[in-house]
Amino acid sequence: MLAKRIIPCLDVKDGRTVKGVNFVSLRDAGSAIELAEFYSRSGADELVFLDITATVENRGTMVSLVEEAARRISIPFTVGGGIRSEEDVGRMLSAGADKISVNSSAVRAPDLIDRLAGRFGSQCVVLALDARASRSMPSGYEAVIDGGRTPSGLDALAWAREAASRGAGEILLTSMDKDGTKSGFAVDLTRVISTNIDIPVIASGGAGRMEDFRNVFVEGRADAALAASVFHFHEIDIPELKRYLSQSGVPVRQRGEYDDRFR
Amino acid sequence: MIAVIRYNAGNVLSVMNALGRIGAEAVLTDDPAVIASADHVIFPGVGEASSAMGYLAASGLDEVIRNLKQPFLGICLGMQLMCGSSDEGSTECLGIFGERVTLFPGGRGFKIPHVGWNTISGLSGPLYRGLPEDSYVYFVHSYYVPLSADASASADYDSIRFSASLSAGNFHGVQFHPEKSGEVGERILRNFLEAI
Repeated sequence: MLAKRIIPCLDVKDGRTVKGVNFVSLRDAGSAIELAEFYSRSGADELVFLDITATVENRGTMVSLVEEAARRISIPFTVGGGIRSEEDVGRMLSAGADKISVNSSAVRAPDLIDRLAGRFGSQCVVLALDARASRSMPSGYEAVIDGGRTPSGLDALAWAREAASRGAGEILLTSMDKDGTKSGFAVDLTRVISTNIDIPVIASGGAGRMEDFRNVFVEGRADAALAASVFHFHEIDIPELKRYLSQSGVPVRQRGEYDDRFR
Repeated sequence: MIAVIRYNAGNVLSVMNALGRIGAEAVLTDDPAVIASADHVIFPGVGEASSAMGYLAASGLDEVIRNLKQPFLGICLGMQLMCGSSDEGSTECLGIFGERVTLFPGGRGFKIPHVGWNTISGLSGPLYRGLPEDSYVYFVHSYYVPLSADASASADYDSIRFSASLSAGNFHGVQFHPEKSGEVGERILRNFLEAI
């Protein structure tokens, strides 16, 4: 049975993780690679590296990080942040990224999705869709860009449908109302999008407790759930989360004894 | 020596990296002589069937592959190209396996691509030595091979049971990505290199 995926997100600035990470087990808490390996061993199903580097000059650091991650990590990973062109995507995929995500740049030029899907395949094109509740939109949600600062004027569901028809392979859906609140995922938003499009939806924003993951899978119909700080601050332990989800009837991949035996 | 076939399809780097992690030395090549003299041949692939087959035919690699006698492993699109034909671009494939590759139906909440970790069952043959039934591996694909007599493992997506892997003689193909399937995937790659 296809498992629901748990995806830790690592914010990376100039090649280092940000958001105070406090794992005592890591020699270098700022090393994105060490943290990624830790999550991979803990049973994370995929990883997302989000490049929040402010300057274009430092983007080369991200390419080196992706090359290192591809050498060392045996689970799929997505690279997002600052990806605006086919050249950006080509560089990340050649460095070893499995998928890339595009956000504001795709809202501004939707045919970017067609070009990326046509050249690299839908399987590696993730549309990052940031949404906020809006009574003036038919679905009740509006797509926002520039980290939530700019309303796009697009209905979130209409944009999700358009992105899917243009060739996006997955949607990474972040609730800007919930992001950073730890009050639970936006279950209604996730259900509205996930049940009305035919590509997988990764829910993001608001994870605080293990129950939140259950709710977004069962009621929100998410295919995957992404979180950052609850994992980084060790408030939720991935193996424990997976045991909890499994007991709650949510299909998840639990690493078996044989996984360790072969290491 | 392990030859990984270089052609116009993606993810060859992931396979090279995975082989590196298990300490196996491989060369990435499209040289027929190197491929023919390798102990093991791996045929990776992420991409589109008709353009991949067009490239293989134009370069003569299609005949080289068909005539190989050593252990051969096709991955994802690689496995699909080993079949008789593919509905993707109405493509005649290599014909090593007789199956026809078809598109998942989609609609009614049936999401395409089939992406993520899924269980494989009915595991048979040396590729799965030491692995229990219902091991999880990572899939990402929109086309699939229906369950067939050549299947050495199967998986279910929604209402469809399909061939997760195929084996016939020295030829093996896996629909999933062992190079991205954690320790289970590394075990499968190691089995291919050590037990076949």
